[in-house]
Amino acid sequence: MNDNINITVKLFAQYRENRFKVEQRIYPCGTTPKNIMDELGISEHKLPLGVLMINSKHQKEEYILKEGDILALFPKVGGG
Amino acid sequence: MADKIYRVNMSNLSFKIEDVPADWMGLGGRGLTSTIVSAEIDPECHALGPNNKIVFAPGLLSGTSAANSGRNSCGAKSPLTGGIKESNVGGTVAGVMAKLGVKALIIEGIPEDDSTFYHLHVSKNSVEITAVPELIGKDNYFVLDTMEEKYNKKVAVMTIGRPGEMKMLVSNISVRDPKGKLRSHGRGGLGAVMGSKKIKCITVDAQSYKEVSYADSDKFKAASKVFTKALQENPISGEGLPAFGTNVLVNIINEAGGLPTQNFRSGNSANAEAICGETMAENIQQRGGSTTHGCHAGCVIQCSQTYNDKDGNYLTSGFEYEMIWAFGANLGISDLDQIAKIDALMDDLGLDAIEMGVCLGLAVDAGILKYGDGEEAYRLIKEEIANGTPIGRILGSGTGNLGKIYGLVRVPVVKNQAIPAYEPRAIKGQGITYVTTPMGADHTAGYAVATNILNSGGFVDPLKKDGQVELARNLQIASAAVDSTGMCIFVAFPALDDPACLPALIDMLNARFGISLTGDDVVNLGSNILKIERAFNIKAGLTSADDRIPEFMKYETLPPHNVTWDFTNEEIDEFWNF
Repeated sequence: MNDNINITVKLFAQYRENRFKVEQRIYPCGTTPKNIMDELGISEHKLPLGVLMINSKHQKEEYILKEGDILALFPKVGGG
Repeated sequence: MADKIYRVNMSNLSFKIEDVPADWMGLGGRGLTSTIVSAEIDPECHALGPNNKIVFAPGLLSGTSAANSGRNSCGAKSPLTGGIKESNVGGTVAGVMAKLGVKALIIEGIPEDDSTFYHLHVSKNSVEITAVPELIGKDNYFVLDTMEEKYNKKVAVMTIGRPGEMKMLVSNISVRDPKGKLRSHGRGGLGAVMGSKKIKCITVDAQSYKEVSYADSDKFKAASKVFTKALQENPISGEGLPAFGTNVLVNIINEAGGLPTQNFRSGNSANAEAICGETMAENIQQRGGSTTHGCHAGCVIQCSQTYNDKDGNYLTSGFEYEMIWAFGANLGISDLDQIAKIDALMDDLGLDAIEMGVCLGLAVDAGILKYGDGEEAYRLIKEEIANGTPIGRILGSGTGNLGKIYGLVRVPVVKNQAIPAYEPRAIKGQGITYVTTPMGADHTAGYAVATNILNSGGFVDPLKKDGQVELARNLQIASAAVDSTGMCIFVAFPALDDPACLPALIDMLNARFGISLTGDDVVNLGSNILKIERAFNIKAGLTSADDRIPEFMKYETLPPHNVTWDFTNEEIDEFWNF
């Protein structure tokens, strides 16, 4: 079937609580990171999205995901 | 009574108290130490010789009730870089010195009789200089215990371990934090400078002081409240740092492909999950310990922690991202507990965790040990470096010197100082800071990671050159100013994103001293500090040719992004056009 795409979803810091660290998930074509954030309850998390990466590069929530993409979601983090 | 300069001359073991020159009145922290270093030290002097000096100065807001204002600045000519060095630290010294009215402590000269080491005790209007032969060959925790016994549990302590006594370039100056653990003036071999002056430890009396005064106490309190709120409500300083510590960075820097791994061969480490902040926090939860610990009184961020072993026994505290990266990713040790043991050992000996970790990463290329061999890393530090054996002396000379001795080309240093935990090829703004800061490769000088990776202060694409020079310049100017206030550098996170934060900080300065600084004045202060530091370096013989990344990074591509360092010299040198 060409209607679905395989996406690796990685969560970090507080987003892992009651969710997962990393999962292979299947989504319909046209899915955006925003859709996945809504599905996982991250859009409503008390800590707003800090950084979103696709395949190790910063992206926007509206990006159209492609087969095999690796999505990483971080709340605001810092250190140094 | 007005603040004074306390000046110690180790050549004749004397001290005097001086009025603060008018030019230095408005300065504190880095602004003051760099100004004094620049005014009083011959840039061409040997950093371990009689003409170098070591200067300590609390920040402008140290000693006040302002949150996170307890950073103390230390300045000298660095024996590692050959240029100016400023390194600031938490602990209890800054607050106590400020309350005693010590604007700066300047230590000059070298004792003629070099057969012993000395202890300096600073109290109101006095510095006692005492020979301490019984402390020779002892390390930091022994010194802390001895000083607590001699004075009390509140006494502020700065100390060097055996590597500092041996004037090793990897040695730091360690300071006691409020819970009796250690923090450090980490970089640039400042421990060696203190050792060269035959000073084993400096204590500052925490009983004879008076509280600092405020020109306008009500205004100060009001501004302080706004400032504290900005720190507490910021998601990074208020949530992320207390929960996971600075080590929360392992995963995000790894994900971005910028985590230097196996001596800067890759931007990804297979060890990331094993050593990351999330794993550390899980371990702390299961084993007891604490995810929060402040390095100085008045810290509301509490990014430090207490880390125990599997049986719940204390292993270390102040377990920071830079150290965990250096040993976990760059040297390849996957066992976080083993890294913690090395951290505690290095605290006790007083070693710069970044320089040491990068040096041992390079030592793999030299055939001295293997990636991931934590046991051998521990042994090399404990047996060879601490005892000053020939191989210990070589490793204790730092990354750049090890590279020369073994004929290595892939040597990750700028101005002979090891590059910290962010790959300059993949986080290019940070690379610009590494090459341009007068300090040698130093991440804190201008933390472009914030805007390249963390989306703080906007976003500048880390893989492109556009905007990086301007970003690094603005951040270095701001950091130099913040380093003068005594504020922890992590106030930068709310300052970058919360419009209430920086004005509140300036209001506190104005209310403390009865002055009327503006935002522009603060920017000018930061700019001037950078220019003073740069001028010192030029007189010391450093040129634009030293503002360069190691050559291998220009022709060797870094996975996963397969990027090189691609700035031209002209692009880099544009940094100084301000």
